[in-house]
Amino acid sequence: MFVNFFYELKRTGVPVSLTEWMTLMEALSKGLAFSSLSGFYHLARAVLVKSESHFDSYDIAFQNYFKGIETPVDVLEQAMEWLKDALPPYMISPEERKLFQEWDLDKLRRELDERLRTQDGQHHGGSKWIGTGGRSPFGYGGYHPAGVRIGGESLNHSAVKVAAERRYRGYRGDETLGVRQFEVALRKLRQLTSRTEGEKDVLDLDGTIDATCRNAGRLELVWDRSRKNTMKVVVVMDSGGSMDPYIDLCSQLFSAVNRSTHFKDLKFYYFHNCIYANIYTHPACVSRYAVNTYDFMRDLDPEYRLIIVGDASMAPSELTMVGGAIDWAEMDNEPGLLWLERITRHFPHAVWLNPIPVQWWEPRLYYGAYTISLVRKLFPMFELTLDGLEQAIKSLKARF
Amino acid sequence: MQKKLQEFRGTANYIASEDLMNSVNVSRALGRPLLIKGEPGTGKTMLARSISEGLGQQLIIWNIKSTTKAQDGLYIYDTVQRLYDSQFGEHDVSDISRYIRLGKLGEAFESDEPVVLLIDEIDKADLEFPNDLLWELDMMSFFIPETGVTITAKHRPAVIITSNAEKELPDAFLRRCIFHYISFPDPEMMKEIVRVHHPDLEDRLIGEAMEAFYWIRSLSGLQKKPSTSELIDWVQALAVGGISLDKIRKEIPLLGVLIKKNQDFDIILKRLSTHGGGQGSSKTKPSIQTIWRG
Repeated sequence: MFVNFFYELKRTGVPVSLTEWMTLMEALSKGLAFSSLSGFYHLARAVLVKSESHFDSYDIAFQNYFKGIETPVDVLEQAMEWLKDALPPYMISPEERKLFQEWDLDKLRRELDERLRTQDGQHHGGSKWIGTGGRSPFGYGGYHPAGVRIGGESLNHSAVKVAAERRYRGYRGDETLGVRQFEVALRKLRQLTSRTEGEKDVLDLDGTIDATCRNAGRLELVWDRSRKNTMKVVVVMDSGGSMDPYIDLCSQLFSAVNRSTHFKDLKFYYFHNCIYANIYTHPACVSRYAVNTYDFMRDLDPEYRLIIVGDASMAPSELTMVGGAIDWAEMDNEPGLLWLERITRHFPHAVWLNPIPVQWWEPRLYYGAYTISLVRKLFPMFELTLDGLEQAIKSLKARF
Repeated sequence: MQKKLQEFRGTANYIASEDLMNSVNVSRALGRPLLIKGEPGTGKTMLARSISEGLGQQLIIWNIKSTTKAQDGLYIYDTVQRLYDSQFGEHDVSDISRYIRLGKLGEAFESDEPVVLLIDEIDKADLEFPNDLLWELDMMSFFIPETGVTITAKHRPAVIITSNAEKELPDAFLRRCIFHYISFPDPEMMKEIVRVHHPDLEDRLIGEAMEAFYWIRSLSGLQKKPSTSELIDWVQALAVGGISLDKIRKEIPLLGVLIKKNQDFDIILKRLSTHGGGQGSSKTKPSIQTIWRG
């Protein structure tokens, strides 16, 4: 029963196991879905999906399997994209609402179709295009209550509609999320001293009491090794102008890293576009805060895990040419690429987090992609999203 | 399981959404633990209390701390007491079973009545903790080597497990659970929830407070959005403080009850002075001073 649904789930990336599938079959045979589609929707989700970050993929799979909705996903996707970076919702009074009640839904639909075809990007405010906070009938958070809501919140009851609504979108693992999620991910970046090395220098009180009592009262001391996190981390951030759109994201990562108290040592440095002979201790990369990059490498031993955050998007000359640095002050006779290579040689555990979505790393799509591809040859590069960060941490933890 | 399971329908002081009740009943019918996740303050722990109340069964709470071991839930062999007795007491120390104390899980297994077992904040414990419980939760039994006794559940307890997602739980453990994510309640439901907690408050007070509350939650850039339990406290504070109704949305008095982070404070105050709370009635721009006077 529904075997294809199982594969559909797998295809959309929900990690379902056979055990869980059998549990669902058992539940169905006990009639727990109450012979209704929405019953089945909730039952299958409770049994098969174990993380809210997969709810959205589940919704997509459900939608694909139990079709019958009109809006193609990718169009919805595109419209949702425009609705990001929302303005705060604007509430209206009931009197205002009345003004809009006579709107003709069909007409709106046709217009939405039209807009979807002609709109080319994000529009917030204003009264025509799909966006947030404005008076346009399309979007959410605006004060055109008779409009077509795209995303946002609402009450809906039929299962397919609920699925189509994709209200768990915000929980997706490949979306960038808040400080807390970053913190949770960073917590995995730890390396405990192992139980097998080091001095046994901590009195294991519970063990001692237990051993003594089992020994019928004759004192027997039990010693144990202390476990400490030995992870040392250095974060180097690009603070250049091209990073401006990602400031929020980077500051979230920054506060998450900063709040992580479990590192043995944590250091922050900054650079502009690429690292050359100098690296900076302050986001304003001026000579007052400069540290010689050789000193930087000498001070931090190779045990440090290096996390570079940057868009890696620049003019190719900044990487490949002598004196290519974007700042005139940066007098240097070696190309940036050489410096980056030097750094990767010094830090065997290094990753590069890029706030630019991974699908743009393809050279024909985006102007910075060429330099991204150059940098990627040197550093394992990950998207600055929750998933990306988790992968990055995995690769940082790998021992050589 | 011959007799039909009693169905959980929520209780008078806990509003459960339709699909939450479904999940509870599914987990009971299948005899699987129910894993509850959700934003802090959405009533995960309260759910277990309400289930036990709704079913008229005793609730056994096992609070997990960072030092808790799976063994603690099964039984503890009190060797110290036995040693003490052997030297100073008159009890018979050859009977080890006298020194076996059952943990919460053991207690739930031994109970003569069906019970509800809450394993609270399982993510606090060590990463391996959930795995160490797999067998016991599956088989509903465990073995005490010191006495050679096997403890088997007389009635399969309804197991509710909550997690704040501080650590990821192992896959093997997840496969055995029924999962439910308590999403943030929509305004309709929120009104009901507040009503349940404060039955005799004016409708308008609650309405105004909710408007302001959802306005704050809608602001982007907050580090921690206020949650249900904070709203409930805030409504209480507003009522006790005798705040006049028209001030609530304009000035958001007693903001400290809702917001716990300094940066969030600043964001809200800034927005409040440019936008006005809720309805955006920005004709009267409150100054910072009037906000603090509230």
